[in-house]
Amino acid sequence: MLRLLIALAVFAGLSLPATAQSQTLQSILQPVADEIADPSRASVGAALDALVASGLPQVTPFLEAWSDKGVWQRDADGAFFYGQAAGGELTLTDIDTGAETVVPATGHTELRPNGGVRRVIGTTLVQFQLSDPDLTRRLSAIDSLARRPDADQLAPLLASIDEEPDPALKARKIQLANILTVTFADDPADRIAAIDSLSTDTSIEARAVLNQILTTGITATPGAPVGNVARILTVGDDLTPAAAYDLLVTGDLAPPATAPNAIRDALAANIVDGRAGGIPTAQLGDPALREAAYATLAAAGTVPPLVTAQDQADAIAAHTFAAIYAEGDAAITDAARAALTSAETRVAAAQFADLTLDALSLASIYFLAAIGLAITFGVMGVINMSHGEFIMMGAYTGFVVQQFVPDYTVSIIVALPLAFAITFAAGVAMERLVIRHLYHRPLETLLATFGISIALQQLAKNIFGTQARPLTSPGWLDGALIFSDVIQISYIRVAIFVLALLFLGLIVFVLKRTRLGLEVRAVTQNRGMAASMGIDPDRINMLTFGLGSGIAGIAGVAIGLYAQVTSEMGAAYIVQSFMTVVVGGVGNVWGTLAGATLIGFLQKGIEFLNPSNTLAAQTYMVLFIILFIQFRPKGIVAQKGRAAAD
Amino acid sequence: MTQGFLVTNRSVRWFLMCLAIFTAVVAFGSEASGAGLFSTSLVKTLGKTLCLCLVAIAMDVVWGYCGILSLGHFAFFGIGGYAVGMWLMYARTEGIVLSSLSGQTIPPTPSEVSDAIGSQIFGVVGSAQFPLIWSFAHSLPLQLLMVVLVPGLLALVFGWLAFRSRVTGVYLSILTQAMTLALSLYLFQNDSGLRGNNGLSGLQNIPGYEQTSQATISLMFFLASALALALGYVLFAWVVAGKMGSVIKGIRDNEARVRFLGYRVEGFKLFVFTLTAVVAGIAGALYYPQAGIINPAEIAPIASIYLAVWVAIGGRGRLYGAVIGAAFVSLVSSWFTGGGAPNLNLGFYTVQWTDWWLVLLGVSFVAVTLFFPKGIGGVFDYLVRKPS
Repeated sequence: MLRLLIALAVFAGLSLPATAQSQTLQSILQPVADEIADPSRASVGAALDALVASGLPQVTPFLEAWSDKGVWQRDADGAFFYGQAAGGELTLTDIDTGAETVVPATGHTELRPNGGVRRVIGTTLVQFQLSDPDLTRRLSAIDSLARRPDADQLAPLLASIDEEPDPALKARKIQLANILTVTFADDPADRIAAIDSLSTDTSIEARAVLNQILTTGITATPGAPVGNVARILTVGDDLTPAAAYDLLVTGDLAPPATAPNAIRDALAANIVDGRAGGIPTAQLGDPALREAAYATLAAAGTVPPLVTAQDQADAIAAHTFAAIYAEGDAAITDAARAALTSAETRVAAAQFADLTLDALSLASIYFLAAIGLAITFGVMGVINMSHGEFIMMGAYTGFVVQQFVPDYTVSIIVALPLAFAITFAAGVAMERLVIRHLYHRPLETLLATFGISIALQQLAKNIFGTQARPLTSPGWLDGALIFSDVIQISYIRVAIFVLALLFLGLIVFVLKRTRLGLEVRAVTQNRGMAASMGIDPDRINMLTFGLGSGIAGIAGVAIGLYAQVTSEMGAAYIVQSFMTVVVGGVGNVWGTLAGATLIGFLQKGIEFLNPSNTLAAQTYMVLFIILFIQFRPKGIVAQKGRAAAD
Repeated sequence: MTQGFLVTNRSVRWFLMCLAIFTAVVAFGSEASGAGLFSTSLVKTLGKTLCLCLVAIAMDVVWGYCGILSLGHFAFFGIGGYAVGMWLMYARTEGIVLSSLSGQTIPPTPSEVSDAIGSQIFGVVGSAQFPLIWSFAHSLPLQLLMVVLVPGLLALVFGWLAFRSRVTGVYLSILTQAMTLALSLYLFQNDSGLRGNNGLSGLQNIPGYEQTSQATISLMFFLASALALALGYVLFAWVVAGKMGSVIKGIRDNEARVRFLGYRVEGFKLFVFTLTAVVAGIAGALYYPQAGIINPAEIAPIASIYLAVWVAIGGRGRLYGAVIGAAFVSLVSSWFTGGGAPNLNLGFYTVQWTDWWLVLLGVSFVAVTLFFPKGIGGVFDYLVRKPS
C-alpha cells in the first residue's frame, strides 16, 4: 500500500503539469460520486466509463486503491482521498497532488466495494495495466491474468497486443490470448483457430487448456451414447466390471450389488433355531450354501433379492459405456485432440532432449567417481574398496573449508586442490602401508581395502556425526539453465559436467603427453618389461594410486555440492563406480567414459520408463550389467594383446 | 566310506567332539532344562552364532578352497530366511485370523479367510492381495523346499552365466556383489511382494507351538542349528577331502592348469557354488526364526563382505577356521556394540567402544590380512603337528 502511494506520488508529480490545468481526477469523480461511494455491479459501469474516457494517468492507481479498500470519502464535501488509518488517525493523500494530511478518522468513510464490483473494477483495471508504460507492471498484469483467467479479460488483452512494444511480452500476450480464446471465445471458428495455433506450443499452460477441453466423463446408456462421444469403452479393457457396475448403480440403471459382507450380515440377522435360510449355520462357511441360504431368505421376502455375478454381467452387457466430452462441439474437440497430439509429439522430443541432458550429467558424475578407480585397477590390478571413502573424504574437506572460508566461491576454489592434496596423501600412505604388501593377492587387497573402508567410514561418523552436512554451492551456481518448460538443467550439474570434461582432458593429457603417463602406460602393459627398461614400478604404483585417490577427492567436492555429505556417501557411489569400470573395460580412460555414459543413460532411461520407482530402475540396471558381462566379459573397451592376460 | 573318512580326518573328529560338548553344556545349562545357567536370549544368540558358523564354512569352501570370492552368499542366507519366514508369517497370521473369526455366528468362507490374512500381512505396504511368490506359503513342506530350491537355482543360473563366460577374480566378486545389491534393492520395494523394507516379522512365534515357552523353542532351534552345523561340517569336510577336493583346491591355485589337465573346471566351480548356496539358505532358514525378523537390510552387500571378513579372520582353507572366525567376530562384535565392553579412558579422550568398534574391526582386519594371512586358525598349526 505504501509503495503504491509513493508510486502514485511520483506519478502524479510527473504528470500533473500536462493535465492539471484542464482536468483533475477529483473533478471527474465528483459527478459520479454516488456510484463511486456506494457502487453496485449494475451502476458502477457508468462511473468506470467516465474514468476510462478521461484518459488520466491517475486512473490506474485510483482503481487499484479503490478495489483494495484504500479510498476514503470526506463526509463534509464528498471529496475522495487515499487514506490509511492508524489508531484514531487517518493519513489522507490527495488523489491528484499526492499531498498528505493527517486528520482524525471521524468524518471520513472508507469505501468498501463488494466482490462483484471489485471484479468489474479488476476487468477495467486490466486494460490499463496491460498497456501501462511500465514494463514490470505489464508483466505482473499478465502473470495475474495467467493465474486467474477470466472471460472478461479476453477483449482488453486482445486490444493491448498491437501496441505492445516489448517483443517477448508481445509473444506472451499472443500466447495468453490464444489460451483465453480457446476457453472463452463465443465463436467456435475463433476457438478452433486458437486451438490450432496452440499445436506448436509445448508450455504446460497450453497443454493444460487443451486437456481441459478434452476432459471426459464416463456414462452408461441403454442404447447408443448421447453427446460428443470420445470413444466407446470396452468393459474389461477400459474399465473394470466392478467400476462399470458401480456406474450403472449410480445411474439407477441396475440394483446395487449384494456385497459379500451383506450376505453374511443378513444371514447372521436371520438365524432361526441355529439355521439361516434353512441351512445349519455350521455349514455356512461354504460360499455356495451361503448363496442358497440367502436365496431362500430373499424368496421369503426378508432380504432384498440377491444380485448374482451373472445378473451383474447381464446388466453390463445390456449397456453401452462411453467417454463423453464435457465440451459439446465435436469440431472443437477434434481440433483440440489434433493440437494436443502435435504438441505432445514436440513435448516428447523435448523430454528426450531433457533426458539426454540428465543422463549426460549423471554420466559425468559416474565418470568422476570411477575414473580414479579405473586408473588404479588398470595399472595395479587392484580393486580399491575404500575408493568411496576417498570421495567422502574430499566432500568433508569441502565442508571443513567452508567452516573457515565464509565466501562460497573462494571456499570451493580452495577446497578443490586441498581435497586433491589430502586424498592424494591418503592414497599414497595407503599404498605404502597396505597395498604394496598385497600385490600378489588381489582378492585380499579387496578385503583389506574394505577393512580400511569401514574404519574410515566409522571414523568420519565419530568426527562429524551421523547427520548430513551441507556443502553450500556459490550463488552463481544456484538456479537452472532453462531452455523451455521441459528442458532444464541446474547449473551445478552443468558445472560437474564441465569438471568431468576438464578431468577427462587432463587425464588424457597426463597419460599421453607426459613422462609419467608414458611410464604408467608401460607398467599397465607389462610390469616386468617396464621394470627392465629402467622404470621403477613401485614409484609408478604409488603415484597412480595417489592420482586415483586425488581425483576421487575432487569428485567428492563435486558430488557434495548437490548431494548431502554423510559418512555413507561413498558407499552409495562405490558399486556404481565398480559397474562403470567393469562395463567400460579396465585400464582405459575411454573405456571408463564409455562405461559411465552407458550406465548414466541406462539408469535415466529406465527411470524414465518406470518413473515411480528408482529402486526398480537400479535393480534392472544391475541385472542388465550382469547380462552385459556375459557378452563382453572384458568390458566395452577391452585390452588386447599381452596386457589382456591376467 | 564316510566312516573311513571320519577316521582319517582328525580335525573333523575334534570339531565334532568340541561341538557336542558345547551343545551339551548349553543344553543342560539352559532355562528350558531348569538349570538356568544360560538365559533364553543367550541361547538364542548362541544358536544364531551356530547358523552364522554354518554359512561361514560354506563361504570358506567356496572362497578358501575353490578360490571364488563370492560376495553374495549372505544373499542366499537371506533368501533361506525369507522362504521360511513366509510360511511362519502366513501360518501364524492364519491362526490369528481364524481365532478372531471363530467368534462369529456364521463360519467364514475360504475367500474371507484369505482376504483377512492378506490384509493383515500386506496392509503395511498398502495392499491386501497375495503376490504370486506367496503361492506356496500355506504349506510348510513346499516352503522348506523353497529354502533349498531358490538359493540353489539362483546360484546355478548365476554361476552358470558367470563361469561360462570365464568371469574370474575380482570381476566375479564385483558381479556377485552386484547380484546381492540387485536383490536387496528389489526387496526394498514395497511392491516386491515381501513387505518392502518392513520385512517379515514375528518369526520367533512358531505356529502350532503357541503354548510352548520361548525358552524351549530357543533350545530346540539351538539344537537344530548345532545338528545342522555338524552335518554341514561333515558334508563339506567330505567334499574337500577326496579327489574332488583336490581338484577344487587345484582350481583355486591355478585354474588354467587344472583345465589343461582335462577337468571341466566350470562344472566343479558350479557345483561348489551351488552347494554352498544351498547350505547358506538352510543356515538362513534356521537363523531368522531365532532372530525373529528379516528385512532387506540383512541382505545388503555389506553383510556378504562381513562374511568374507569372518572367514579371513578365522583362517581360510580350513573349515574350523571359518567356524572360529564367525563365532569370534560375531560374538565379540555384539559384545562391543552392545555396550558390554568397558570404555577405555586415555586421559585426554574416552574411547567409547560402541563408536570405535568398527574402526578397531577395520584396522585389525587389515592387520590380519597383512600379517596373519592364515588367520586365527593358523595358531593351530603351531599347536598340532601336521600328520606327515
